[in-house]
Amino acid sequence: MSKVRVLVGTRKGAFVLESDGKRAHWDISGPHFAGWEIYHVKGSPADPNRLYASQCSGWFGQMMQRSNDGGKTWEPVGNKFVYDGVPGTHQWYDGTPHPWEFKRVWHLEPSLTDPDTVYAGVEDAALFRSTDGGKNWQELPGLRGHASAPGWHPGAGGMGLHTILLDPGNPGRIYIAISAAGAFRTDDGGTTWRPINHGLHSQYIPDPTAEVGHCVHRMAMHLSRPGVLFMQKHWDVMRTDDAGDSWREVSGNLPTDFGFPIDVHAHEPETVYVVPIKSDSEHFPPEGKLRVYRSRTGGNEWEALTKGLPQSDCYVNVLRDAMAVDSLDSCGVYFGTTGGQVYASSDAGDRWAPIVRDLPGVLSVEVQTLS
Amino acid sequence: MIRVVLPAHLRLLAHVDGEVRIEVAGAATQRSVLDALEARFPMLLGTVRDQVTGKRRPFVRFFACERDLSHESPDAPLPEAVATEAEPFLVVGAVAGG
Repeated sequence: MSKVRVLVGTRKGAFVLESDGKRAHWDISGPHFAGWEIYHVKGSPADPNRLYASQCSGWFGQMMQRSNDGGKTWEPVGNKFVYDGVPGTHQWYDGTPHPWEFKRVWHLEPSLTDPDTVYAGVEDAALFRSTDGGKNWQELPGLRGHASAPGWHPGAGGMGLHTILLDPGNPGRIYIAISAAGAFRTDDGGTTWRPINHGLHSQYIPDPTAEVGHCVHRMAMHLSRPGVLFMQKHWDVMRTDDAGDSWREVSGNLPTDFGFPIDVHAHEPETVYVVPIKSDSEHFPPEGKLRVYRSRTGGNEWEALTKGLPQSDCYVNVLRDAMAVDSLDSCGVYFGTTGGQVYASSDAGDRWAPIVRDLPGVLSVEVQTLS
Repeated sequence: MIRVVLPAHLRLLAHVDGEVRIEVAGAATQRSVLDALEARFPMLLGTVRDQVTGKRRPFVRFFACERDLSHESPDAPLPEAVATEAEPFLVVGAVAGG
């Protein structure tokens, strides 16, 4: 019988939640790495027992952890992230040049085919890769070598590379996104990159249609259709059908198009989920109602999903890496909140229930579907 | 031997309880003690000192004998009481962050 494993990163440790395919009863283990911030935990699609975790602390820096048994035990692996060559500068908040400084790993993306290969998106924005199970990390310097990089600037939360999407049909193609530089694509395995922000419109930057500088919050892709991407931008929900060459807005009837996470149904590439947040200055759901919005038409037409979610006095946020789906026949959808709840739906979002209510603030949620 | 007290986060990472005792070759200095500490507990690499620059991380402090040694030279001898195991060398996470 199938099983589901939910990997939760929080501000004070990691938690592993497991259930059978019914997804009604959950076993919870953790906190792993108690007291440390766990930005992200993700399993290898090629070996679901191989997990990687980004563990960090403002005091003691970045650690990387690896599990070979599905999160029961962990071992520290390499934590040396050194920018290739002379790091150079990017733009600071006041417009002055600022040296690139490694701060933390925001996102881990294991290879689709090799358990020992994993990508890391870091702050200050860069893409690193390990091919030895996380022991050693090398930057893919072509990204920061792009001519626009000296003009990149951090968002309020730092200049993090937070999205890494691997094209299953084209090993050379990778999409990434950076706050607040925008989205980029490589077609040669990371040697060269191009911004893919045409069609984005951001009124809060000096040139609203600039090639870079857009505050992309998250991108999502269905594995069967790697040329179609969905994006939750700072404001605006966007879609591209040509691998990022052009974007169009699909916010439609959302009550607000600000938000952080976005994800796609496991079996329906036109079914998309977002969690609208009131505004960039009020990071909580509008009207105190926690609502996931689902579009079954690839955007524009959205329906509120509320059953089982708090519909009054709810003022949590859902961060960009804190939503995921499983791939059981009836697609499960999961998200975690800054209030420490992890909600799950085993029927594609129609009904929700909390798996756990009182964790530390949730930074990330990933799901593994195990046979 | 040198007695070293680690903060809770690093004890968890190194899987140790209480003090650790470190064999140090030659004179006991911040550098020699931390070199020996990292050799015995390689998972601590980068957590006390930056791996590239070797500098103390900003929110980590060093104390011994009721003195803040954080701004001492890494190669200055530690107090005699540390070298003789009468007092421990303390690695402390600064009180910061609210």
